[in-house]
Amino acid sequence: MNETTISLKKQGSSIWLVVVLLGVMGFVVVLALALRARNATQPTSGAAPDFALQVYSGYDGGLGKPQVRLSDLRGQVVFVNFWASWCVPCRDEQPVLERTWRQYRSKGVVFIGIGYVDTEPAALQYLKEFDVTYPNGPDLGVKIAPKYHIQGVPESFLVDRRGNIVWFKIAPISEAELVAQLDKALVK
Amino acid sequence: MQEADRKARVAGGRVQRIAWGVVVLVGALASLLAANIVAAQGGTVTDDQVNAVAKGLNCPVCENVPLDVCETQACVQWRDLIRQKLAAGETPEQVIAYFRATYGDRVLQSPPNTGFAALVWVLPFAGLIAGVVILVVVLRRMTARPAGVEVMTEVPPSADEYRQRLERELERLGK
Amino acid sequence: MVTDIGLIAVLLAFASGIYAIAASVHGARARREDWVTSARNAALIIAPLLTLSALTIIYSNLTGNYRLEYTAHVSSSATPTVLKITALWGGQNGSLLFWSWLMSIFVTGVMLRKWDNNRDLMPYVIAVTEVIQVFFLALVVLFANPFAKLWQTPTGEIGGAVFGASTLFTTLSSIGFGGIAQTLFAPPGSIPFTPADGQGLAPLLRHPGMVAHPPFLYLGFVGFTIPYAFAMAALLTGKTNDAWIRTTRRWTLMAWLFLGIGLLLGMRWAYDVLGWGGYWGWDAVENAALMPWISGTAFLHSVMIQEKRGMLKVWNMFLIILTFAQVILGTFITRTGVISSVHSFARSSIGVPFLAFTGLMLVGSVWLLLTRLDDLKSENKLDSLLSREAAFVAQNALFLIINLAVAIGTYFPIFSELIVNNKITVGAPYYDHVVGPLLAPLILLMGVAPLVSWRAASPQALGRTALTIPGPVTVVALVILFAVGIRNPWALLGMALIVYAGTVTVVEYARGVRARHRSPGEGWPMALWNLIGRNRRRYGGYLVHTGIVLMGVGVIGTHLYQQETQQALSIGQTLAIGNYQVTFRRLELVPSGQSDKKIISARVEVSEGGKPLMTLRPFQEQYTNGERMTPPALMGSMKEDLYVLLGGWEADGSLATFKVFINPLVNWLWLGGIVFILGTLVAAWPNVAEERRAWSVERRAMAPAAVRTR
Repeated sequence: MNETTISLKKQGSSIWLVVVLLGVMGFVVVLALALRARNATQPTSGAAPDFALQVYSGYDGGLGKPQVRLSDLRGQVVFVNFWASWCVPCRDEQPVLERTWRQYRSKGVVFIGIGYVDTEPAALQYLKEFDVTYPNGPDLGVKIAPKYHIQGVPESFLVDRRGNIVWFKIAPISEAELVAQLDKALVK
Repeated sequence: MQEADRKARVAGGRVQRIAWGVVVLVGALASLLAANIVAAQGGTVTDDQVNAVAKGLNCPVCENVPLDVCETQACVQWRDLIRQKLAAGETPEQVIAYFRATYGDRVLQSPPNTGFAALVWVLPFAGLIAGVVILVVVLRRMTARPAGVEVMTEVPPSADEYRQRLERELERLGK
Repeated sequence: MVTDIGLIAVLLAFASGIYAIAASVHGARARREDWVTSARNAALIIAPLLTLSALTIIYSNLTGNYRLEYTAHVSSSATPTVLKITALWGGQNGSLLFWSWLMSIFVTGVMLRKWDNNRDLMPYVIAVTEVIQVFFLALVVLFANPFAKLWQTPTGEIGGAVFGASTLFTTLSSIGFGGIAQTLFAPPGSIPFTPADGQGLAPLLRHPGMVAHPPFLYLGFVGFTIPYAFAMAALLTGKTNDAWIRTTRRWTLMAWLFLGIGLLLGMRWAYDVLGWGGYWGWDAVENAALMPWISGTAFLHSVMIQEKRGMLKVWNMFLIILTFAQVILGTFITRTGVISSVHSFARSSIGVPFLAFTGLMLVGSVWLLLTRLDDLKSENKLDSLLSREAAFVAQNALFLIINLAVAIGTYFPIFSELIVNNKITVGAPYYDHVVGPLLAPLILLMGVAPLVSWRAASPQALGRTALTIPGPVTVVALVILFAVGIRNPWALLGMALIVYAGTVTVVEYARGVRARHRSPGEGWPMALWNLIGRNRRRYGGYLVHTGIVLMGVGVIGTHLYQQETQQALSIGQTLAIGNYQVTFRRLELVPSGQSDKKIISARVEVSEGGKPLMTLRPFQEQYTNGERMTPPALMGSMKEDLYVLLGGWEADGSLATFKVFINPLVNWLWLGGIVFILGTLVAAWPNVAEERRAWSVERRAMAPAAVRTR
């Protein structure tokens, strides 16, 4: 082989080197992004991810609209609760939530219940059983739950008047801590 | 010959007609029987029918488990919903479409044929084509230029060199 | 505490590994034999140290030392003694230590056995193996430490930390090393915490199959690091002839065998214990272990070409890099859960360092390979497209296309979520449709390739051997199958190819035995024994192919002809499936021998065509933590398995739901697996006399080139 062929060959393999290395690095970057998404935990501060919830008929919580949008409720304290009818601990906290809602309804607090991968008949039966009156709807297409990176149910988030998350709780909530957190949020 | 043929054909024709008659009769009886069975069940949906639909779906709560296998409460509820929908007369395709619309593409066992997900079917095919092309190119490049290379043919018995080699190999085998 | 000794041992091993890397690289570059020997010694003490560490964990489990976070996590007072020992690899942290331990033993084997014959490669072999060893020890020490003890923070949370309360916790967390901070230290003011009892191993992990499955997988994964290290050493030293392949041939074969056994054990466990009627779910973690096996199989075959004809050097390098890369990637996927899978570990902080190592390893290997291409020039060219070499190249291409297809299915959900923010699942249907058809040409090649001679085969001779006996046998088999009622085109094609490949193998054996039998004094059994003994690679390989053929029969039967049905039965009611009748007789509570487990068993009677056969007892295990296991009751024969599962039941025992499968030909799968293992052992069995001869030749050839200083 003469000089030109050799140097051309070397150039050729250098191009391959760059292409393959870029491909490999690209793949690693994709894996890194996936790892970050997997390790993302529930937000405990900062702006609450916005969502639009189609409520079950009869469960608009007196808001009078078929859809509840979180950003529309700016200026009020919002308590967001992810639940499911097949979730046993959710049943433990449901009476507490409903009671507290009725107490704080007039003070500028909105409770929102989001059903997580629940079936409509079972969900409606659950709501009827606990005589729930605050806005409730299914997470259609499971679009809201990933925004909050929830790992299961029940999980709850408290959003203050400015739309920031101020409190997050996994597992059933006791009345005392719910009331305390609501009072704190209302004062600000 | 012709007479025998004609007789055979007539006999054959009669047998055929009888056979058809039996088929029709059996068919009628069978459908009556089937109707009876369905009526007796009251039009209920069997577990097998539910499982057939559930096979195409994923458990919503556990990761990557088909719906017909999972035993969690959520999956039991989902299978009940499938049962209700099938009993209401929906087709399996309609039921699956409902689940897809309500819970997202994730619940399907197989990626949908539309949108980005269709790539998962296209890519392996493209890979196969590319693989075959590369294979052909590589084999071509690896092959010595045809001039001067002889393909080994039958060993002529008179070729001493080959025989000697053969005998040596057999000797080695025999040791 | 005894485990403190284990912790010190791990830290010493870690330090020794780092020294070994530095010393070996220095020794190699400065051509100083004494530094290389020192590095070797440093590598050799790691195995005893890690043995000590592992033993302290086992001791902690056996003595119920629940202050140790790992023991509290994987053991409990109710755990049987055997499981307390095997719980060493029952959780993330312990299994990483176990992995490091196995690796150190393998490295010791290489250091002791291969030292004399590969002096030129050894320094870099030490360096590469120790880099991998140190990486895993770094994970153990800094991110997933099994020697962490339990502490209670001032806010009341319980967590594990190696060294206890320290301000370093807050310092390290604030500068971004939260993962390491949490592993090593507890928040200031934390106090020791000892729980009353441990959590115990998850119910799913308590069965013998699940106990044996991880060690074999790890042996396979770790085993592949040895040929990889030798390959990198070959690239680094420029000694890219086939010495590195011949040296590591048996290691590669054993690693491949262990990985294969691990996969088979996993399949058998899934079938016997998990109770969903099948043995392979194409889950991401299953695929993660399968993909290195696929590229490993391609590698095993293509190295034969390099040994015989000095070709495909670049390709072999690429394959071992790919195999090792898939080992690391597979481990990454499994332990971090980036892809949705049933086998998810808990969230941990090892993801980032793992990814960093993966990236470095991939970039480093590829760069090394592509800059050393000149060293890897082929010594020969293909003489003919109708040759064993060409057949192997085609087979390699097929294996890699299959590997790619599995990889696409496995990794696609990640891309979908990242690019279009849509979570999707790629389930079994994709693999059935894509991988299934690709297996057909592969089986065909497996049948034909042994008949094609090296360099160039004559089409006439090949045609004769390929068709004379196997041809008619295949046709007869097809006719029989068709007559019995098999109509599915895929089943007919698959079985035809399998019968063909199997016949070729049997004919090859027969020809060899007959040739030997001709020499006086060798009866048929003796002839067979000597045939295999004198030519272990070849006839062991044929045996492996036979194993694959048998497994193929099982796969076709279960994939194309499985039947299932589910029904709720009241006492005395019967369900029918195929030609069987299953009658529910009684529900009973069975003593379990473990305080946290309840067993409910159902008695069912099985008849075939009205004739009673046997009583089966499908049962369910219910655990106090809410988990349930539904293993099947099996009635099996070579023809099929009747697979009965107990689903739900009424509390009064009057009604129970059963799910019943018929799995045709499934036991051919397990039989084939055993033949596969036997064949590999035959192929790998050392032939001492032959090897001594080969090495004396090699050593004479290498003597002038050996580096001797001092």
